[in-house]
Amino acid sequence: MTEPIVEYRGISKYFAGIRALEKVDFACRPGTIHAILGENGAGKSTLIKIMAGVLVPDAGEMLLEGRTVSFASPDEATRNGIVCMFQELSLVPDLTVADNICISDPPRRFGLIDRRAQVRRAEALLARVRCEDIDPHALVRELPLSRRQMVEIAKALGRDPKVLILDEATSALTSRDVQTVYDLLADLKGRGVSSLFISHRMHEVEALCDTLSVFRNGQHIETFAKGAHSDTEIVRLMIGRDVEAQFPPKPQPKALDPILTVKGLRWENRLNGVDVSIGRGEIVGLGGLDGQGQKELLLALFGVLRGVSGSVEVAGKRGIPSSPYAAKSGSTRIALVPEDRKTEGLMLGMPIADNLLAAAFDRVSRGPVIDSGLASRAVAEALAKLQVRIGAPTDAVMTLSGGNQQKVVIAKWLMVDPDIILLNDPTRGIDVGTKQEIYRLMRSLADDGKAILFYSSDYAELIGCSDRVYVLYDGRVVSELEGDAMTEEGIVAASLNIDVEAA
Amino acid sequence: MTLAPLARWLRQNRGFAGALLLFAAIYLVYNLMHPRGFSAAVFVQNSNEAVALAFVAMAQTVPVLLGGLDLSVGAVMTLTNCIASELVSGSPAQILFGMVATLLAGTAFGLMNGLVVVYGRIQPIIATLATGAIAMGLALWIRPKPGGEVDGDLNWALTNTIWDFADTYGFDADSPWLAPFADLPVPILILLAIAVLVWVPFRRSVTGRTVYAVGSAEGAAYMSGLPIARAKIAAFTLGGFFAACGGLYLAIQTSSGNADIQQAGAYTLNSIAAVVLGGTSLLGGAGGAIGSLVGALILRVISFYFRILSIDPLLQPLIEGLVLLVAVSFGAIRTLRVRNKLDLFR
Repeated sequence: MTEPIVEYRGISKYFAGIRALEKVDFACRPGTIHAILGENGAGKSTLIKIMAGVLVPDAGEMLLEGRTVSFASPDEATRNGIVCMFQELSLVPDLTVADNICISDPPRRFGLIDRRAQVRRAEALLARVRCEDIDPHALVRELPLSRRQMVEIAKALGRDPKVLILDEATSALTSRDVQTVYDLLADLKGRGVSSLFISHRMHEVEALCDTLSVFRNGQHIETFAKGAHSDTEIVRLMIGRDVEAQFPPKPQPKALDPILTVKGLRWENRLNGVDVSIGRGEIVGLGGLDGQGQKELLLALFGVLRGVSGSVEVAGKRGIPSSPYAAKSGSTRIALVPEDRKTEGLMLGMPIADNLLAAAFDRVSRGPVIDSGLASRAVAEALAKLQVRIGAPTDAVMTLSGGNQQKVVIAKWLMVDPDIILLNDPTRGIDVGTKQEIYRLMRSLADDGKAILFYSSDYAELIGCSDRVYVLYDGRVVSELEGDAMTEEGIVAASLNIDVEAA
Repeated sequence: MTLAPLARWLRQNRGFAGALLLFAAIYLVYNLMHPRGFSAAVFVQNSNEAVALAFVAMAQTVPVLLGGLDLSVGAVMTLTNCIASELVSGSPAQILFGMVATLLAGTAFGLMNGLVVVYGRIQPIIATLATGAIAMGLALWIRPKPGGEVDGDLNWALTNTIWDFADTYGFDADSPWLAPFADLPVPILILLAIAVLVWVPFRRSVTGRTVYAVGSAEGAAYMSGLPIARAKIAAFTLGGFFAACGGLYLAIQTSSGNADIQQAGAYTLNSIAAVVLGGTSLLGGAGGAIGSLVGALILRVISFYFRILSIDPLLQPLIEGLVLLVAVSFGAIRTLRVRNKLDLFR
């Protein structure tokens, strides 16, 4: 076996005390295509961000070709031959394709950027990725996502990588481009480049990679050659045996009167015909890997997206709400607890009371004036109902802990007495105790006849809370699981869009 | 085939092309209506009135491309105007020294703005609000009352035609090779020369490109390993230089300095208007100083109309405001195409 090109020794990284990576030993070798596998939050991104110089590890050391290195910036990593293509594209939309491809080290003449040489270089690199159709003079902004990814690949190639990291680099590509990337990686492998490949598509990993590493909960579980484990075993390695949280008991399944029916919902290239239906008193989970259209589905139902097509029926009425205002004030009210509570859920600098009332000012007003008596009563009620631990309602909401902030967001929406509650990862980044309170609250709301649709990146939570789970993949529902069929194996397999019948 | 690059350029520079067209149209009509239209005298007078604002608009452009706003440009112009009114006189060597010192002072002030923004980690708008007040204070300290002395020959030579310039400095003004250019106004040539010699190379440097990249997507710029801090400092420094060009020219044109607070404020606000009219996005990342130059010319031509149409001058702000509003509304049309309404707030 050859010497590793990059080696991690005991690398750890924490975010606000939460472990992202712990004592990870890991190595990748020249002339390999190495897949990194793991669930959401397993530490894959942290692993590569450290290698790419975006994050600095809290402990441990990284070796590049036997020397200890530490990168302070992405620039340094690039100069050492580690080139990373991130999931969030690192292209500048207002510059041209040629500008972007040559951005870190443009050809220069008399100190100024030589635009002709730049275009020639861009053309050569685009030809290497068989994208001669891309005009190097076009602005990146004008290209569709699939073309942008190819530009990103051309840009990465232009930097002469020793280690090439592809983080979901093929997620938006056409099949022809995927084949091009495969050929390219095989070619690079022959030249001794080490490619790290992160993909949620198992069949791509099968087709492409020779080495696989599985991560779970910030730990490196195992590295093995392709074929050493079956798909089923790999899925087991990814899940592990973790202690579960406590979930409230579920009622017996019964026939429910549907309140929300969605058929063939499409938006841009993110939703490709979603069919979902929810009944009153039901909790329905949305599963799948990050970015398969779950968030867009919730935003579409809440009236945030423009140009959504398909049919939506809310309590017998056809039509998608035209705005969040319409969604919350229709005859059947819809609430959305958004993904990012700090920007979309709360006005951090404003008092807790104002945040609680933000969606329901009309309920505590007489005419145009807010009735302070009604308002303070409503606030007190909401705080008591959710047992939010606060100093005074006039304190800024940013003084609260993450869990209590999330309770404020939920309480805010309960004030409008919604019939349908959409939750986007409601327990992200909050403590176990509050999580359990939120689970119990969701169940009691459902028992009161509310319909709940929630996305969670945590499979245990999906299984523990939901009456049913829809698994989304590439903007479509690929699987609907119910009762005993809701297992981690089942959800993970459906998320990866592979067949694990034997599990 | 030859049309394709042109079409692409038009598509990518809609704002600038629109500004150019608007300027050409209104300036043509203005000259047609003017009793002495298309004459050297009119061109000279018009360009004299436009140069200072054009420089300040170019100064504003660079921070705007970063996604910021520089509220000190008018004040820096005023400060350098006052410095020039003290220094630009005497022997040719002294005059030259005075001009260089004025430009350096403005550039240094811009550098300070950049350092405050980058290392003080303060938003440009508030940092420059403060430094603008400082510049104004310095200007008032240098020149508590309007006045000063600027070399008379220089004033005459730089505010008239090429012929006058050659004549003033003892060149053969009637030589045949000068004849085709003899009637061109010097001020507009200075403006174009600075634009071509300073702005164009800057735009094609790595630092200049980084300014665009930061304004367009700072995260991507960082991930691509671009020198972000250097670009920000350079942007404000270049802004200071352009503002100083404006201040120096104003001093030469008026033969004096004037620490006028209202004038400084008006120049700052007009510079922002000119930047937007010239097709630069206030969000940063797209546009350029040449566009702002055209934007400044548009603003000035609008004011010229008041003279020949004998409209009540009191209506001038009203009409300028309406023109600006209509012009920038065209730029906002693209927000109608945003698919995810949350993106409007990011």
